[in-house]
Amino acid sequence: MSEMTMTEQVAQTSPYLDIRQIKKNFSKFEALKGVSFSVVRGEFLCLVGPSGCGKTTLLRCIAGLETQTSGDIIQNGTDIGKLPVEQRDFGIVFQSYALFPNLTVWDNIRYGIQTKGVTRQADMKRLGELLAMVRLSGHRDKYPSQLSGGEQQRVALVRALATSPGLLLLDEPLSALDAQVRHHLRREIKQIQKNLDVTTIMVTHDQEEALSMADRVAVMEEGQIKQIGAPSDIYHKPNSRFIASFIGSMNMFLGRKIALDQLSVGGLTLVCAPDEGAIGTDVTFAFRPEHVVLSLSDDGAQNAISATVIDRETRGATDRIFLSSPALVGELCADMWSSDALLSNLTPGTPVTLHVPAHAVVILEVDQP
Amino acid sequence: MSDSASELEQVSTSSHDTRPAKGESDRVFSLILWLYVAAFTVLLTLPLGMLIAKSFTNRGGDWVGISNYASYLSNPARYVSLTNSLFVSSLTAIIVTTLAFGFAFALTRTNMPFKSFFKVIGFAPLLMPSVIKAISLVYFFGNQGVLKSLMFGNTIYGPIGIVMGSVLWTFPHVLVILVAAFSLSDARLYESAQVLKAGRWRIFRTVTLPGAVYGIISAVMVAFILVITDFGVPKVIGGNYNVLSTDIYKEVVGQQNFSMGAVVSVVLLMPAVAAFLIDRQVKKRQRTAMSSQFVPYTPKKDRWVDLAALVYCSLIAIVTLGIVGMAQYASLVKFWPYNLSLTFDHYQFNVAGVGWENFFNSLKLAVAVSAFGTTAALIGAYTIEKSKTAPSLRTVVGGFSMIPIAVPGLVLGLSHLMFINHPDNPLQVLYGGFTILIASTIVHFYTVSHLTATSALRQIDPEMEGVSLSLKVPLYKSFFRVTLPISIPVLLEISIYLFLASMTTVSGIIFLYGSETKVASVAAIHLDEMGESAAAAAMGMLIVYACVIVRLLHLGFGAWLIRRSQAWRVR
Repeated sequence: MSEMTMTEQVAQTSPYLDIRQIKKNFSKFEALKGVSFSVVRGEFLCLVGPSGCGKTTLLRCIAGLETQTSGDIIQNGTDIGKLPVEQRDFGIVFQSYALFPNLTVWDNIRYGIQTKGVTRQADMKRLGELLAMVRLSGHRDKYPSQLSGGEQQRVALVRALATSPGLLLLDEPLSALDAQVRHHLRREIKQIQKNLDVTTIMVTHDQEEALSMADRVAVMEEGQIKQIGAPSDIYHKPNSRFIASFIGSMNMFLGRKIALDQLSVGGLTLVCAPDEGAIGTDVTFAFRPEHVVLSLSDDGAQNAISATVIDRETRGATDRIFLSSPALVGELCADMWSSDALLSNLTPGTPVTLHVPAHAVVILEVDQP
Repeated sequence: MSDSASELEQVSTSSHDTRPAKGESDRVFSLILWLYVAAFTVLLTLPLGMLIAKSFTNRGGDWVGISNYASYLSNPARYVSLTNSLFVSSLTAIIVTTLAFGFAFALTRTNMPFKSFFKVIGFAPLLMPSVIKAISLVYFFGNQGVLKSLMFGNTIYGPIGIVMGSVLWTFPHVLVILVAAFSLSDARLYESAQVLKAGRWRIFRTVTLPGAVYGIISAVMVAFILVITDFGVPKVIGGNYNVLSTDIYKEVVGQQNFSMGAVVSVVLLMPAVAAFLIDRQVKKRQRTAMSSQFVPYTPKKDRWVDLAALVYCSLIAIVTLGIVGMAQYASLVKFWPYNLSLTFDHYQFNVAGVGWENFFNSLKLAVAVSAFGTTAALIGAYTIEKSKTAPSLRTVVGGFSMIPIAVPGLVLGLSHLMFINHPDNPLQVLYGGFTILIASTIVHFYTVSHLTATSALRQIDPEMEGVSLSLKVPLYKSFFRVTLPISIPVLLEISIYLFLASMTTVSGIIFLYGSETKVASVAAIHLDEMGESAAAAAMGMLIVYACVIVRLLHLGFGAWLIRRSQAWRVR
């Protein structure tokens, strides 16, 4: 379904950046196995995946810091795939920021726009505005080592934007920061990106960061894009076990598809979201812990599964209840608001009934016999 | 539900050539790399190739295969030098490593007082040419020496003198390795050992020694290389005890037998290369043994250990100072040992072909080597480390940069002599001039300079170049605006190393100087050869004083420069 919306988008506006069948081999290791996607002007795309999935290699190929083994990179109608770095149009922020340590904040950000040591009046004004936008106007004359991590990060962002690049590349820009600063900067970067309407590709290993910042998320594994789409699609309609387990938590079980929207598992019949796949096949189906509703009595409603409480874990806003059910083989858990009155009754050993709404039960993939 | 991304784009891309076009920076880097290849070819591979080829020819230049080697090995009078060399080098390596181990331990693992004084003393021998140490030993233990009785009838002219002199001059080189090895040890290991109730001796055996073992092996190998390739000490104090390096000198300068000189050079090259390879292997292991969460060890107070360390280091300090003091005294005494009145006469150098101009030549050489060598090392290391262009070319230049350390200075000098004197070589005009002296000396000391620059550059964020290029600033501009200012401390370090090494070296230069370019260290050897040991000591002391003064100026200038240019390092 995500493919549909994508195809429509591409048809409407020609893409600003078009990545075609990029392959990258490091001697025998295939880091990228033919990756294709496109980004429209002003879009914020996140490449997310576990470490070693090739996301950083892909970003470095787009920047020209690595050279792809084969494939094309079209930016704004021009094939840039073979151009040297300095002839490409992008700004980049690295995880380490790579600020020039011996230059002040001001000298760092105007590094790319001064000619023979002179910065033009118009550029001065714009840089001043950018600096104000990230609340660093008072730090112009400081050296990077005198700034906090978050401040350094913002200087690196301004420096990358100083030349008004058509494309902004962010390589794990928030990974080196404390959780609080990170959460704050997510919104800030997102806002600046929207204000300047700069096409942006960000690499991250943090799925929450990807979901919260991006217009579209591309999940990568082993040198391939496994799924690409809007954050809510990635979360609610994962297309494989890998995506389901990588993004958020997921209860996953084996069952048999017996109708368009029905599954059979452990003697139970569950109603699921309608699925186009063949009837009568073995499938993996899944539902999110937060979709589970627990009750102490069985009221005979749809998709009721009996289970026993094993353990409970406090997580802050929610509590996670670990359960075991004779019908479902595998790990099973449910999330409840910690304000829920029912919680105090859920001591280990308590028999409970799970209810899962039909729309929340999704079929992930067909299992090969 | 397969790969949705590949369904999206069904554009067929043929596997055409995706070699990137070269940017301006890439072109500059390629040019630099080719320049280095050319320089190494002229100054390293061609001369060494020529030297090796020469070892397969007779005096007339005809190809004779391995018969030179056969005659070398069948002549006990010749190959005894090989066993002699191996013997004194191994013995020195073991003794100096043991002595320096204690000294390094005292500096890093105790709370001994006056540490900075002892540090200066430990590294002081770097400021002295080997001739100074040898002459001092003669004045102490020679036939008319003040401590001759301690020799119990043995002569200092021979293996004893060579080992003593070699221990003295290799001490700082070994010390620097062992201090580094000790500084690498992790405090958490000691804490764990104490928590497990291990005694002091057990901790030393199970934590300290294993932690330093790679450093110890490395130190032994380095000392071995330094001694087996050294020329100054065995020349002055070796007497009739032949070693490989003096053999080469005798064959070439005495007999004009270049073929045999080349044979002995190749023989000398082999143990030196072997030791170098072992050292590299060991260093590789050491690197992987280090973890990222490293907690440096800080010694605790322990009265008896600290006192023992103080006594030990004081003894070594007395010996070191005694050596310099005796050389100074020797240069001032009118006629040892008969007329002990003091005079500056020996500083007049009333000997044909020797004079103060030799000293000024030394200064000229050292300044030039320091300036050009530092520049070459930084640019070479930067291009290899930071450019992305021509990976195979960078590997080649990086490999070339490692060769000089395995080539004895004497062998390198001889190869340069053969190369430049070849009748067909248009560079022949350079013979005896400063250019070849400077170039040869830079090559001789290139590896250490290159490695120092490389390790400093590796500490700079590797993405700096990517950022610069993304901002459309060519890398040579960023080099001058960012990399160079950041690298000032390491440039200072390399420049003083090269200055001191060029002031004191003999082996690389002894075949290459001309009448106008003879340097002080060579002049001192000649004076000693002529029996003018007081004048030789005087010439040596000039070098010592120049080194001390330049070292002090350098410290002052360096502190000023770092204060001015490294303000950004302060938080």
